[in-house]
Amino acid sequence: MARSLLEVERLGIEFNTRRGTLVAVDGISFEIEEGEVFGVVGESGAGKSLTGQAIIGLLEPPGRISSGRIYLNGKRIDQLPYEELRRIRGKKIGMIFQDPLTSLNPLYTIGKQLIETILTHLPLSHKEARQRALKLLTEVGIPAPDKRIDHYPHQFSGGMRQRVVIALALCADPSLVIADEPTTALDVSIQAQIIALLKRLCEEKGTAVMLITHDMGVIAEICDRVAVMYAGRLVEIGPVAQVVKFPQHPYSQGLMGSIPSLRRRVRRLTQIDGAMPRLNEIPPGCAFHPRCKHSFDRCHKERPKLVETSTTKVACWLYGN
Amino acid sequence: MIALIIRRLFQSFVVMLAVALVAFSLFRYVGDPVSQMVGQETSIADRERLREELGLNDPIIVQFSRFVLNSLQGKFGISFRLGRPVKELIAERLPATLELSLVAALFSLAVGIPMGVYTGLYPHRYLSKFFQAISLIGISLPTFLIGILLILIFGVILGWLPTFGRGEVVKLGWWSTGLLTVSGWKAIIMPAFTLGMFQLTLIMRLVRSEMMEVLRADFIKFARARGLSNRAINFGHALKNTLVPVITITGLQLGSIIAFAIITETVFQWPGMGLLFLQSIQFADIPVMSTYLILIAFFFVLINMIVDILYHIVDPRLRAEGAVV
Ligand SMILES: Nc1ncnc2c1ncn2[C@@H]1O[C@H](COP(=O)(O)OP(=O)(O)O)[C@@H](O)[C@H]1O
Ligand SMILES: [Mg+2]
Repeated sequence: MARSLLEVERLGIEFNTRRGTLVAVDGISFEIEEGEVFGVVGESGAGKSLTGQAIIGLLEPPGRISSGRIYLNGKRIDQLPYEELRRIRGKKIGMIFQDPLTSLNPLYTIGKQLIETILTHLPLSHKEARQRALKLLTEVGIPAPDKRIDHYPHQFSGGMRQRVVIALALCADPSLVIADEPTTALDVSIQAQIIALLKRLCEEKGTAVMLITHDMGVIAEICDRVAVMYAGRLVEIGPVAQVVKFPQHPYSQGLMGSIPSLRRRVRRLTQIDGAMPRLNEIPPGCAFHPRCKHSFDRCHKERPKLVETSTTKVACWLYGN
Repeated sequence: MIALIIRRLFQSFVVMLAVALVAFSLFRYVGDPVSQMVGQETSIADRERLREELGLNDPIIVQFSRFVLNSLQGKFGISFRLGRPVKELIAERLPATLELSLVAALFSLAVGIPMGVYTGLYPHRYLSKFFQAISLIGISLPTFLIGILLILIFGVILGWLPTFGRGEVVKLGWWSTGLLTVSGWKAIIMPAFTLGMFQLTLIMRLVRSEMMEVLRADFIKFARARGLSNRAINFGHALKNTLVPVITITGLQLGSIIAFAIITETVFQWPGMGLLFLQSIQFADIPVMSTYLILIAFFFVLINMIVDILYHIVDPRLRAEGAVV
């Protein structure tokens, strides 16, 4: 069987704190195929960012991978020494963070930051690296790149800076880009442009995207498949058309209910009563049962596994055994 | 940049004028200049003539202008105590103080920054904890105590280093330097260490906390996510971002080092301006005191200006005003 670009198997992430061990991500599994746009949704605190950080090996202590495996192109990467993993970062897996205003070093020109990154990963001369940087800036839609390349981050607007960040993430042609809420910090009017840019570039280059967001509108628009996370667990995963139009899990149904059909992008996920439990008080059984309209006895006691339905895979006792 | 320098020059000018006014008042109103110059037996008429000659009967504004003009030409008057022009006395003493201050400052930077970087990068290592402990000592022990302890250990008990003076000096024009002879270097070690110790701990703690703060910044996380090497991240990206506060503090501290050299110079009998100043106070030697005041203020102003210019070199956000496109 051909292996996927990225395989995450039963990934667990824990924090050792003074009050004991907190389980932030609890045995989640998924694959991302070459060139695919894979969405990860869920309320804030669901463990989406931690999952992304774990994949590129940048979990910050006290956070740590407590179980599971991560494969890139069939090669296990979660136990690599720091130096080897560093060579994968930026080269094989690019990363885009939420806030473009703070992602760039204020003391260096964007050209220097691009060239530095390119030279770290590719065997080019300084001049060739500069050429490549200019080409990237053109691709991400920075006007007059030959002039702008020598400007400092503070001379760019937020949207323009996020374009520079995208150029930086893509500058060594990675096969996967992890974009952690890439538009949350931007003006609503610019969000759509940035998302469209990301989608177009990755399509052209054949780069797969792991798009972390809590904006269902964005998911519906550009993703191929979606995973829904709740309290560190995967509750549903499947093709975007199915998950958005025919969500199976009551939590997914709640999320989808939060997209107004006309003006999709504007709203956030708030329509489900109650709040996600904190890590130290995740209930037994299905973590969602206190907020679930359909919950019954079994939901309080036993934890549901992901099972295949006709459309998606879902972890809920309403489906199957 | 040019506009900045002009603005700063103007501000410096105002500050210096204010200091000159203080120095002038000291000169003019602390005691009677005439009675300090002449003996008991001088007659009233002679005194009056001297007043006239010295211009002490002119309007204050004229006197002050003359004071400023004279100061600009280096005419600071005659020391009451030594009967020699203050200019000469200062020229003799200035090199000793500046060399001591400079060596102390360089020492504190050269040792403080690496210690700060190390403790900032590896806060949990034993060596870091050791550095932290040392810095506590450096901050809490008074300078004179450190100096006296050093003298006791290395000067008296071990006999490795001289306990006072500058050692042999070499003349370079009017400048006398102790940095070209072995005995000069031996003599400067303990005073420079004593004087620089406080700044060293200050710089170390500053670099440490700035470093820890910068390492948490998003742009450092992004730099890691791009796969840059640790060296590029720690020294290229993080350290450079700690420079602005370090330059500020170092600049301000260099001023204080020169001013606080008084204590160190006394402990080590270092023939610098501080020692001269202290002796002048005991004799109410006003011309020397007011000149010292002006000179120290001048150094502060000069250093401040250099610090400001360095900021603009380090931080592009200050260079281009506005200009968000
Ligand atoms: N250093 C930490 N110590 C304890 N808990 C943490 C720490 N960092 C993150 N968490 C917890 O991990 C959970 C998941 O965080 P995150 O992955 O950032 O969520 P999101 O889905 O919003 O991106 C959150 O509940 C958060 O409180
Ligand atoms: Mg997040």
